[in-house]
Amino acid sequence: MKIFVCIKQVPAISEVKIDRKTGTLVREGVPGMINPMDKNALELALSIKENTGADVIALSMGPPQAEEILRESLAMGIDKAYLLTDRAFGGADTLATSYTLSLAIKKILKETEESKNYLVVCGAQAIDGDTAQVGPELAEELNIPQITNVRYVELSENKIIAESIFQSDEIAVIECKLPVLITVLKELNVPRFPTISGIVDAFDYKEVVHWNAKDLDADIQKIGLEGSRTQVYKIFIPPQKNEYIKLSGTIEDVAKDLCQKLKEDKIL
Amino acid sequence: MSIKIDRENCTGCGSCINSCLYGGITLFDGKAKLIPEKCILCGACVEACPVGAIIIKDEKKEKKIDISQYKGVWIIGEHYNNKIKNYVYQLLGKGRELADKLKVELTLILLGSELDENLEELGMYGADRVIYVKSPLLRNYYSEIYVNVITDLIIEYKPEIVLVGATPIGRDFAPRISKRLQTGLTADCTGLDIDQETRNLLLQTRPTFGGNIMATIRTPNSRPQMSTIRPGMFKVPKKMDKKPKIKIIEGKFKESDISTNIVKIIKRGKKRINLEEAQIVVAGGRGIGSKENFKIIKDLAKELNAEVAGSRVAVELGWIDPERQVGQTGKTISPRLYIACGISGAIQHKVGILCSDIIVAINKDPNAPIFEIAHYGIVGDLHKVVPAITREIRRLKEEEKVRKY
Repeated sequence: MKIFVCIKQVPAISEVKIDRKTGTLVREGVPGMINPMDKNALELALSIKENTGADVIALSMGPPQAEEILRESLAMGIDKAYLLTDRAFGGADTLATSYTLSLAIKKILKETEESKNYLVVCGAQAIDGDTAQVGPELAEELNIPQITNVRYVELSENKIIAESIFQSDEIAVIECKLPVLITVLKELNVPRFPTISGIVDAFDYKEVVHWNAKDLDADIQKIGLEGSRTQVYKIFIPPQKNEYIKLSGTIEDVAKDLCQKLKEDKIL
Repeated sequence: MSIKIDRENCTGCGSCINSCLYGGITLFDGKAKLIPEKCILCGACVEACPVGAIIIKDEKKEKKIDISQYKGVWIIGEHYNNKIKNYVYQLLGKGRELADKLKVELTLILLGSELDENLEELGMYGADRVIYVKSPLLRNYYSEIYVNVITDLIIEYKPEIVLVGATPIGRDFAPRISKRLQTGLTADCTGLDIDQETRNLLLQTRPTFGGNIMATIRTPNSRPQMSTIRPGMFKVPKKMDKKPKIKIIEGKFKESDISTNIVKIIKRGKKRINLEEAQIVVAGGRGIGSKENFKIIKDLAKELNAEVAGSRVAVELGWIDPERQVGQTGKTISPRLYIACGISGAIQHKVGILCSDIIVAINKDPNAPIFEIAHYGIVGDLHKVVPAITREIRRLKEEEKVRKY
């Protein structure tokens, strides 16, 4: 059995700071990291590996420096890591990204003559783009079913049972035969830390395979900016509005003024 | 597409460097130089250049699909145990506005099992037509059925715009449909409009980079233009006098055809807090200081008959229940009055409250971004101001009582 885990390198801060004076992003000293939910995906794959001996493969599409996160996943215990990197992949939206990832999965399946017995795990969403689209689009490209927003998984023989959250007060327990793609939530598990020997292995013995567009035999029309259907038209910092009514004076005055205003607004 | 810099004309003024949010351009040898690894070809530098030395070239061939065949705005509805979700009405309001600008019909698509009685009234919220796909299986959500049915309907009717709620369900089926149709999908939009220039392109605005920056996205060369929209961004429209055309399609699905099988549904026995529908919300953030201090927020909320909420920080510090979180990763709310106490107002928080009628901000930092969207602002110590407001409201109530007496 094979488990593919798709991971993404994201900035290691939850919000990017902006220099209001120049209107530019403050990028200095922002390191990259594995997208948090992708770590839960890695942990799930590794725990299944411990029980079943499955072969766990991590994939990432990104610039050459994304190799760092694949090294980290190798240190956590992943068997093989692939970095899909090519200038031609740049500027990809989710449609183009999922196509590129699907090519790598198909290539690995073909090379290892595995066809049905596999699971794909993705984090439910990335903290930078926040789209939650690559997982379902990848499932569609691979023509396999999907279960999104998963918070618990059990694997038995060739099927999985997953708990998925579609309503805030309900959990749906869903059963599905392999192959299937699942997207996982943070509450699924607690990701392990790399061990010392894991780190040594990751840097001295294991390798991160680099594949470019040619290696994947990619259709140029479907990758990168060319393969993207959405186009960034405009990027802007939300306008500042500074017309609020400032209430000042003693604490009592302020409280009185506010209540008076709210009465005028017919709220009180 | 590619960006070319004319080194002859470039004066090395650096305007382009300041305009680039991605650090994709730099000065080299006194002239602007592109860093292709970082450039996303957004074109901001092209506009910023005062001497026109930066040119963006669109080498993309026009896609073959005939865009003019696609007409109409669609909304894909969602229900919970056959009760139509509130955000669907909000989307109908926005959809109506877009359809009017484009002079086309607004259609609502519903998949359910017992929605027959609800169909008529949907016209009052702006739908010209309702297409209802009916099957006992559709009481529950099945990814595969939604994807297959909606894709087939889109291929048959060719709408130009398809709007879906950015809920766990909408975000489950919409990406697969967009992939099958090879069209663009913009996630979790907070604003929608029609481009004034092209007159037909949907402008889809969403927070990006964790929320500090807004991006407007277009889908110029494929159809339909699809987006998922964050619930709570638009107001439920006023009812109008309108009867929709209704088309009912009997779905002939069998459970055995579906690869995912719902074994059971477990109720999460939590009392639902309905922040989304609260009239008044009082919220606390980092400035509250401790879990105990939240009492002053609760006291004020009690006096105002309001719901209590918190910012992401307040939730992460364990001062308040995660279900009461307001903002991008929490709830998006639209109360008549929102009182933000000790909340600095990161954009993630702001997008969650923008639809509030009146926003009161109480913060000791006069430069806190929350004041940018406040209607009334109090710069001061919330630990003193909030109890004073509570006392004043109490006093007013007493006064009222006396007057009535």
